[in-house]
Amino acid sequence: MATFLGLDYATWWFLVIGAVFTGYAILDGFDLGAGALHLFFKKEESRRIAINAIGPVWDGNEVWLVIGGGALFAGFPAVYATVFSAFYVPFMLFLFVLILRAISIEFRSKEPMFWWRGMWDISYSLSSSMIAFLLGVVLGNLLLGIPIDKEGNFTGSLVYFLNPYSVLVGITTLSLFMMHGAIYLVMKTENRLYAKLTILVRNTTIFFIICMLLLSFYTILYVPHLASNIRANPWMFIMPILMVLSIANITREITRRNYLYAFLSSGFTVSLLLLLVAVELYPNMVVSTLDPAFNLTVHNASASEKSLKIVLIFAAVGVPLVLTYTTFVFWTFKGKVKLEEHSY
Amino acid sequence: MNVEVLSRIQFAFTIAFHYIYPPLSIGLGLVMVLMEGMYLKTGQKVYEDMTKFYTKIFALIFGIGVATGIVMEFEFGTNWAVYSKYVGDIFGSALAAEGIFAFALESGFLGILLFGWNKVSPRVHFFSTVMVTLGSMFSAIWIVVANSWQQTPAGYHIVGEGTNARAEITDFWAMVFNPSSVERILHVWTGAFIAGAFLVVSISAYYLIRKKHVDFAQKSFRIAFYVVAISSVVQLFIGHRSAEVVAEYQPAKLAAMEGHFDSLAVADMYLFGYVDKKNEKTHGLSIPKGLTMMMHQDLTTPVRGLKSFKPEDRPTSPNIVFQTYHIMISIGMFLIALSIFGTYMLWKKKLFDQPWLLQVFAWSVLLPQIANQVGWYAAETGRQPWVVYGLLRTSDALSKAVTAEQVMFSLIMFTVIYTLLFALFIYLLNKKIKHGPYYEDHSEHSPKLKTIADNIQ
Ligand code: HDD
Ligand code: HEM
Ligand code: HEM
Repeated sequence: MATFLGLDYATWWFLVIGAVFTGYAILDGFDLGAGALHLFFKKEESRRIAINAIGPVWDGNEVWLVIGGGALFAGFPAVYATVFSAFYVPFMLFLFVLILRAISIEFRSKEPMFWWRGMWDISYSLSSSMIAFLLGVVLGNLLLGIPIDKEGNFTGSLVYFLNPYSVLVGITTLSLFMMHGAIYLVMKTENRLYAKLTILVRNTTIFFIICMLLLSFYTILYVPHLASNIRANPWMFIMPILMVLSIANITREITRRNYLYAFLSSGFTVSLLLLLVAVELYPNMVVSTLDPAFNLTVHNASASEKSLKIVLIFAAVGVPLVLTYTTFVFWTFKGKVKLEEHSY
Repeated sequence: MNVEVLSRIQFAFTIAFHYIYPPLSIGLGLVMVLMEGMYLKTGQKVYEDMTKFYTKIFALIFGIGVATGIVMEFEFGTNWAVYSKYVGDIFGSALAAEGIFAFALESGFLGILLFGWNKVSPRVHFFSTVMVTLGSMFSAIWIVVANSWQQTPAGYHIVGEGTNARAEITDFWAMVFNPSSVERILHVWTGAFIAGAFLVVSISAYYLIRKKHVDFAQKSFRIAFYVVAISSVVQLFIGHRSAEVVAEYQPAKLAAMEGHFDSLAVADMYLFGYVDKKNEKTHGLSIPKGLTMMMHQDLTTPVRGLKSFKPEDRPTSPNIVFQTYHIMISIGMFLIALSIFGTYMLWKKKLFDQPWLLQVFAWSVLLPQIANQVGWYAAETGRQPWVVYGLLRTSDALSKAVTAEQVMFSLIMFTVIYTLLFALFIYLLNKKIKHGPYYEDHSEHSPKLKTIADNIQ
């Protein structure tokens, strides 16, 4: 197989997809988290500020998911086909809440009635939480492995995906996004809402740390195969160590009220978590619980070399462009949120 | 119903619903670029009002376009797993390009377009409007390339056998510029320009009938009407080119579109009619030798008909292909006539005081929508029984792991949420239009409601 800087194209593309999903988790993570916290804000004005804090950017954030889906389809069609058809029901639910969330943001401001706004507030908050949860559930299942046969067809039951481990990963994802979202919102608000958010930041951080501890113990006790790559390469222990430090740093920055640094730290935590996932799985992408011979790996599930080369060129040209205008948009809307004529 | 039928219904339903919005986004985007360009050039407030008003309508449309688009990107994997593996090498790269080059562009700049009025300079704002419009046009390129490849595959070879067979790219540019992609992108863009610009024409006509916002409405009418008129005429030529490509690369589809059965004969062209699949006959009004004339510019060259294809290779529902195709053409012709007549009336300065004509304009907004829908129906049902033309049959393309109950569940779910979505869309669109360009935010300006909402907690 052709290589570039010592890695083959398929591995490069695996890294690109990892980076795109990491970008997605960092960016959409905070607006999903903000959505999950939405019902904690009681006043109409607070809710409007919270929505407008993510208003100009949430759609751009979601595009990272779209790119990630396309990138998976392009680079690893077999993984895309297997995972999406195996998790038919959760993915359909996922689509449902994704649509619901988009229209809640969109429609909420269009009528002033109290019941109207209240209804969309609830659907916005529930759908945001569900998205985070379902993403975690799918991730959890991928970590555990799923029953796929030689042809890559799923043989499990309809509710297979709701196993305890995956549910725990789902809740942890939700807690992570809630913390991340609360830190984002605290940077965008002032006065009483700000005061309220400082408390929410603290509580969600505690919630996240508890979930994280539970998840770590559960993994070590019941899913030991997940740490095998790390055990085989001791230098990789640096990753969990960095993670602990990074989480500790979040709490430190929060107590100092350096919310920008806290936000960067929680973004860093998100990337480390996903990096750990990638390291633990590689070179597998989907582990078959029936027979390791049926595993889909970076090498047996990838698109042709030619195709990978083309998409790698796309990524090399496209990703810097995307980063440039993402930065430009965030820069334009920096600072505290002010409600005005064009706000939601 | 089995998985295949349900999955086809679901795919057709979800994409047809999605396709209500993209043409409006693309066409309206173009009109907004013209409006904001006029504003920058003349500095007149009316053009600023126009841009702001249509931006609000654009936001509504675009939002639903985005929300419904993600569904299909997932559906390839969920419902058509074998297809996804088969075409992933090719289709996936187009879809990835779409995400990186188009969606990111449009969604990124959308924030500035909608919320950036007071944050950036007018020029930067204009630039964002252009970028959003370009982004939506680029996204049409990539998705139509992908679709065209499945209509007229090129630049690939097949590796593996049986259930492991899949298409791999051999020549990227041959894949992108497959025989039908250029014609079809132009046709889709033009169809989108007509649909989006017609929305502005229709809203303006409505105001003029009601004698509301007259100056505003006349100026917006003109801008949008020129887009409609030019695009409608151009569409005939592009559409004709498309038909020639179909004739060359998908002869069975063309035969179904035209309801032409005889194996190899000089063919008539039906203006309307009914295709009787069982008795292999088409009934209706036809121009003798018309099809031969259209295709070969003479009266003697024969055209291949449906009987020259094996029954299992013929389009499964020729009557649907025929009818949808003919509806599109009829609408296309009507729009051309309306454009020419409208231009004449505008030139004579009589258009704006003919209430009946304004009524026609107000209601005709539905026609390009219908033409866009049925155009796709003709193209897609005409492709059957193949999902990738000549290579992979639709019945072989399904996900093996998915059951009929699951698809039924998701189909019902989509039906419910899309019905709700559509009702809300129409309600809010109607409300925005009724409200007019000088829109004020309720919650800010009616203190009573605001205090109720604030105090209720
Ligand atoms: C002619 C154009 C056209 C066609 C045939 C399609 N789309 Fe579309 N799509 C658009 C034109 C478009 C657009 C204009 O770019 C949209 C609609 C409104 C919008 O906001 O972007 C969009 C939105 C949109 C989004 C959301 C993008 C975002 O988050 O910004 C996705 C994922 C898709 N589409 C995917 C698809 C797929 C998988 C299709 C085919 C099976 C498809 N679209 C057909
Ligand atoms: C350009 C993007 C598009 C792609 C990639 C695409 C692809 C597909 C695929 C994979 C199927 C399912 C398999 C099959 O039944 O053959 C399908 C079916 C279908 N699509 Fe498309 N499609 C596109 C655009 C559209 C649009 C915009 C419409 C309508 C507005 C449409 C209408 C249909 C219909 C009606 C079917 C069902 C056909 C049948 O089962 O007879 N398509 N398409
Ligand atoms: C005026 C005469 C027209 C002709 C001769 C014409 C011809 C065609 C042909 C031959 C196809 C099938 C292409 C294929 O299967 O590859 C097609 C598809 C289509 N048409 Fe038209 N058309 C006309 C008008 C219109 C109008 C007015 C609209 C919309 C406003 C429209 C929208 C579409 C769409 C969206 C498709 C599906 C996409 C595609 O396959 O290109 N058409 N048309």
